[in-house]
Amino acid sequence: MRTNADCVIIGGGIIGAAVAYYLAKGGMTNCVLLESEYLSSGATGRCGGGIRQQWSTEPNAQLAMDSVRIFKTIEEELDADIEFLQGGYLVLAYTDEDVEQFHKNFELQRRLGLDVEILQPEEIASRVVKQVNTDGVRMATYCPTDASANPFLATKAYAQAAVRLGVEIELFTPVTRILREGNRIVGVETERGIINTPRVVNAAGSHSVPLARTVDVEIPITPYRREILVTEPLERFFDPMIISFSFGIYFRQVKHGSVIGGFAYADEAPGFNEESSIDFLTMMSRKLSFLMPALKHVKVVRQWAGLYDVTPDAQPIIGETDGVDGFFQANGFSGHGFMIAPKVSSLLSQLILGQKPDLDIDRLNARRFSEGDVDLDHSVV
Amino acid sequence: MKDDVIICRCEDVSYGEIVEAIDSGLTTLEELKRVLRTGMGPCQGRTCSRLIARIITERIGGEVADMKPLLDRPPTMPVEIGILAGASDED
Repeated sequence: MRTNADCVIIGGGIIGAAVAYYLAKGGMTNCVLLESEYLSSGATGRCGGGIRQQWSTEPNAQLAMDSVRIFKTIEEELDADIEFLQGGYLVLAYTDEDVEQFHKNFELQRRLGLDVEILQPEEIASRVVKQVNTDGVRMATYCPTDASANPFLATKAYAQAAVRLGVEIELFTPVTRILREGNRIVGVETERGIINTPRVVNAAGSHSVPLARTVDVEIPITPYRREILVTEPLERFFDPMIISFSFGIYFRQVKHGSVIGGFAYADEAPGFNEESSIDFLTMMSRKLSFLMPALKHVKVVRQWAGLYDVTPDAQPIIGETDGVDGFFQANGFSGHGFMIAPKVSSLLSQLILGQKPDLDIDRLNARRFSEGDVDLDHSVV
Repeated sequence: MKDDVIICRCEDVSYGEIVEAIDSGLTTLEELKRVLRTGMGPCQGRTCSRLIARIITERIGGEVADMKPLLDRPPTMPVEIGILAGASDED
């Protein structure tokens, strides 16, 4: 393991791997990526792999749209298959609040140039997917360029490309604490020794909170369990991710053929619990049976859980920490880190390299919470 | 063993593919599962896990007994969504 680095990145999920790659690509190759287990063993590897551009706030929509642009060419750039597919997202509205919010979202997204459209319930079967039950659906929005990809393969692709450029990746290497002298970062202590470095990127998802505390920094993230299941593989019969905020549900058919999906309990207690529950399995099955009756005879083969790292405004925390030079946060993605990872990681690397980011990310600095400048996104599942 | 011998029968993964993945730096059952899908099929790794553990030790050393098994993920056997839906308390 290197004992001196220009930057140490903590967390081997999509964000850590992508930040390592973009730093090295920008010339900072003496970086070390530390991962307590293996690549994508945390939130990234447990996520649904959706890549949605339909957001209710301009910053999230912009980040997602720019990320799709990067995703479209990333397989060539990284020389790896990540199962990127632009199958679209179909978003179903059931309530008055949904309808009102969807029209607002539609206006915003069209203004930004997104190819989103409004569909009436009767158009869904002929235009997008035949097997959806539209009982109770008031309207839907559909964006054909929304996408999906395989989170394991994407993380591995970024990590391997980073290694080719000179980055060192240390797996099964838990960080015990970050080292700080006065108002600056000086190193990272791991179970395998110390790395001296003036810069640390904290990309450890919900575990970013205890890590930051080792240098007396508080970040406003609450971990919440989110559960998900996957079925046996089926011949391909639908392309889009189907989501509903009323049901709190999302599901799609992955390249392998299985249907993967989850929903969020409204009353999930905060904490680091990652156990699977029978309640989720039965409730998810009821929702799926209602929304797509054809799935009733399809078998569930596996369920698991992961953690959302939720911030007060459901937007990530990106940028250098006030008062601690060299301590960069890249966490708090609140359940949508995978889909905006390419752009966010690229912007953060520009910031670390001392360049001016090509999209303003200063508004994502943690200081927004102490300044009371928060803009809640209503499109979180 | 011949490279084309199938080790994971659910997902059709061969000995050769597993060796290649181990040599690329994947050293645990969980990592191989995520990249090759070994253990993601209907049997959830009950058929292939021990075989793969042995292949790992053959390539990089160590003892099968010391290897961390795949995490158990419910349900134990594949179950139809319609049956699970009927089991809900809210019905």
